[in-house]
Amino acid sequence: MGLLIAILTLLLLGLVVALVSAPLRRARQLDPPVPQDAERSDLEDPPSAPDSRLHDELDAAREAKYREIRDAELDFRTGKLSGEDYRAIDADLRAEAIEILNRLERLKTRDA
Amino acid sequence: MGRREGQGGLRYFDAMNPARKRTVRLVVALSAAVVLASALIYTSFSAASPALTPTQLLREAQPGRSYQLTGTVVNGSVHREGAVMDFSVADRVGGTAIPLAYTGVVPDPFREGREVIVTVEKQGSRFIGERNSLITKCPSKYKTAPPSENQNA
Amino acid sequence: MATFGFACLVLALIVCAYGIGASLYGVRTGRVEFSESGRRSVYALAGILTTAFVVLELAFLGNNFAFNAVADTSSRTTPALYRAAAVWSSQEGSLLLWAWLMSMWSSLALFLTRKRLRDVAAYATAIMLGFGGFFVALMVFYANPFATTHPVPPEGVGLDPLLRFPTMMIHPPMLYSGYTLCTIPFAFGAGALLARRVDAEWIKAIRRFAFAAWLFLGVGILLGALWSYSELGWGGYWGWDAVENASLMPWLTGTAFLHSLMIQEKRGMLKIWNVSLVLATGTLAIMGTFLVRSGILDSIHAFGGHTLGVPFVCLIAVMIVGSIYLVVSRRDMLRSEHRLDSWLSRESAFLANNVVLVALCFVIFWGTYFPLISEAVTGQEASVGPPWFDRYTVPLGLILVLLSGVGPVIAWRRATLANARRNFLVPIGCALVTLLALELAGINQKPLALALFCLAAFVFGSVGQEFFRGTRARRAMAGEPVPRALLALVRRNRRRYGGYIVHIGIAVLFVGVAASSSFQHASQLSLSPGQTTRVGAYTVRYVRPTATITPKYDHAHTGSTLSLGALLYITKNGHHVATLNPSEGYYASEDASQGTVGSLIGGQPVSHVAMNASLTRNVWTAIDPDIETTALKRIITVGNSTLPAEDALVAVAYLARAYLKNPPPAQFNLLVSPLVMWIWLGGLISVGGGLIALWPAPSAVRRRVTARSRERAVRGLARV
Repeated sequence: MGLLIAILTLLLLGLVVALVSAPLRRARQLDPPVPQDAERSDLEDPPSAPDSRLHDELDAAREAKYREIRDAELDFRTGKLSGEDYRAIDADLRAEAIEILNRLERLKTRDA
Repeated sequence: MGRREGQGGLRYFDAMNPARKRTVRLVVALSAAVVLASALIYTSFSAASPALTPTQLLREAQPGRSYQLTGTVVNGSVHREGAVMDFSVADRVGGTAIPLAYTGVVPDPFREGREVIVTVEKQGSRFIGERNSLITKCPSKYKTAPPSENQNA
Repeated sequence: MATFGFACLVLALIVCAYGIGASLYGVRTGRVEFSESGRRSVYALAGILTTAFVVLELAFLGNNFAFNAVADTSSRTTPALYRAAAVWSSQEGSLLLWAWLMSMWSSLALFLTRKRLRDVAAYATAIMLGFGGFFVALMVFYANPFATTHPVPPEGVGLDPLLRFPTMMIHPPMLYSGYTLCTIPFAFGAGALLARRVDAEWIKAIRRFAFAAWLFLGVGILLGALWSYSELGWGGYWGWDAVENASLMPWLTGTAFLHSLMIQEKRGMLKIWNVSLVLATGTLAIMGTFLVRSGILDSIHAFGGHTLGVPFVCLIAVMIVGSIYLVVSRRDMLRSEHRLDSWLSRESAFLANNVVLVALCFVIFWGTYFPLISEAVTGQEASVGPPWFDRYTVPLGLILVLLSGVGPVIAWRRATLANARRNFLVPIGCALVTLLALELAGINQKPLALALFCLAAFVFGSVGQEFFRGTRARRAMAGEPVPRALLALVRRNRRRYGGYIVHIGIAVLFVGVAASSSFQHASQLSLSPGQTTRVGAYTVRYVRPTATITPKYDHAHTGSTLSLGALLYITKNGHHVATLNPSEGYYASEDASQGTVGSLIGGQPVSHVAMNASLTRNVWTAIDPDIETTALKRIITVGNSTLPAEDALVAVAYLARAYLKNPPPAQFNLLVSPLVMWIWLGGLISVGGGLIALWPAPSAVRRRVTARSRERAVRGLARV
């Protein structure tokens, strides 16, 4: 019984170590640096990490802004806004959306 | 004269710059919150019933006030007659026991030797348990979360 | 195998320590592979704890009494299903359940954010591993679920009969899921502050976690109330017990957070408020977990040793101090970007709702911890009862219901006053019609309940109007038939309409609560067979006593040796409504001093409630038979002195027969409560609404919507 327990424990330990150290081992293999990998993996550090972070952020902001635009339209169609108010809010939101899209464009041209 | 002053006050508020207005609003809101919280806190102290052991209860109980009596049910003291159950509660470590008369729901875990909490009031020389206020503590072993024995109806 | 289980725990502890180190190192030095390794540590932790949990479960199912946990809470006669659930009825087992659930949910959260929020996720990983490690350390050093004794006892104590109910099986996993899920937004909130990144992407991720926590916690609370009502002998579903309150508080702050998060998303406001809420929710969840296990609130439960109290207090102190420090030190980046455009806006209503929810939480917090507070302030421990809680929570609850009806009717950003005034006509009309109807029906003695019914009607009117107008708008745009339009409307606006459904559910729930507490008819009395009594509009007749012995015939299938009950015939206006059989089950105890016969029925007696439930009212009955008459006691004493253990059951059978032949009067607790079913229905509706709101749109739909919105945005620019 004791032997079985020891074997099981070692097995579990082995699995854990393999799982947890995989990224470390892979990273060591990538040194020396390898020419551009076509595939984007989890670990591969994108050449412009802060930019990709900004990209994610703008992506999420854009989605949120589109949602706001749709919400405003639904508000108008369900009679909560007058036509005049709706057009004013809609214009504001679209302008904000354009700004986000512009920033995304600038980011993309910077990357290229 | 009074009306003009009032209007003057409001106009003064309207004429403030937005930042100042916001500060004023914040101060008003916080003050309201503090006042309400104070009212709450004050009433809690007067509405609370102190938790006492039998020894303490005998010493300090005043008629007309309700107390939370905590202690152990004395072996052999439980008698039921119709809707009323008489039993005695003693200090956890033993000693003075207080007999009381209780009406209401009796929780399932209730039995002699178990720890209970019951809201009591002194009437004359006797202690009367408040209706449905009997709580029996679970025996010392841990039991999963919920309010298994609370019977405050 | 117990050693293997313990080895798993030790390994888990090591993995936690490593994971925290790797994540922090990875995020500070920018070396992604270490952050990745830290994330995988969480996956590894989940795997290890699953293994440990399986080991413990197998021990329970296989009746391995070498395990202390099994011997203390299970037995050969405990039905298999309850044996499986008995794992979490002990302190040690419940800690394992908590840690296991924590690791699983953390893994899921990290898996879902594996490609985004890199630095936030790394800090969050460290924090989640910190929690996991804390609970594992508790098990390793204080409360080992894999502790064993030798020699192996032949039989276990058995599961406390109070816990042998199906709801009790699922309530802890649900509640613990809720609690553990609350720590994940906490981790991501603190992580965002540490990484100095509180933005749109963070909002998207944390909303989902907070929503899941809210959902599970809500279900856990409802199940607890359902258990209390249908299985315990007092006929109530909520008693403002410390343990109930402990789970309600994080749910309240979680609800507030879900609403105010939308304001941050739209206007960039309330950042400090939101992070504070999310940190408070996690802290309250840990405090709730702690409350149940320590003896700290002496007046309610006294579980667990005081040994666990100290580590928990330290953890909570660290969480509170750490949260305050993080918020204060990062307050620069948490400045609001905008102000409220207008007081007449949905944002404004959400703000009001937040204030009410936090006020509610404060009231409940104060009342729950009052024994400690009063002891600290006056030296005398005192507690407040349900009347005090009701006094403050009821008005706040009314305001909350009102707000939940106002919100749907007002537009985002700034509503047009004229439109808003018009939109309130139907909801107010509904409220007034309800008021009139109730007055005419003569139900006007309880003003608070009346107010609630009218407010609920207001909510139904406002939400109903929204669905109607939305469907109409959709039909105008797409020309679909009504059912299709309605479906499409909800599908394309899940968050909004899911939220509306939740509001309906909550209103229905509140109506059930108000009706069942204000208009209940109760009767506690002693009855002999043949006697009748009236409760409300119902007549209850005690027809005859019932008795069953041995688990095989116990209709509740809970393993009681003896079950004594009564057959009750319920009629209304002469028409038969129901035949109910409430009973009291007497279980075997391990106490040899009670004698061979006495020990068969000397264990924990448990009341089995019988009720007739319908949409309009519940008829709830419980019995407390008198098993201590002289005649019955004599049977036990004689049996004790003459019968050996293997024949003792004969005496119990004899006792049952004697009870049937000469039944003494029994104590009955009878309740007729209107609309109790609405509480559970309301909860179900809320859960459904929550799931709809939470459900992500399939990515294909999302891409289509994004493309179309982009086109329109660009067209808008051209127009301007």
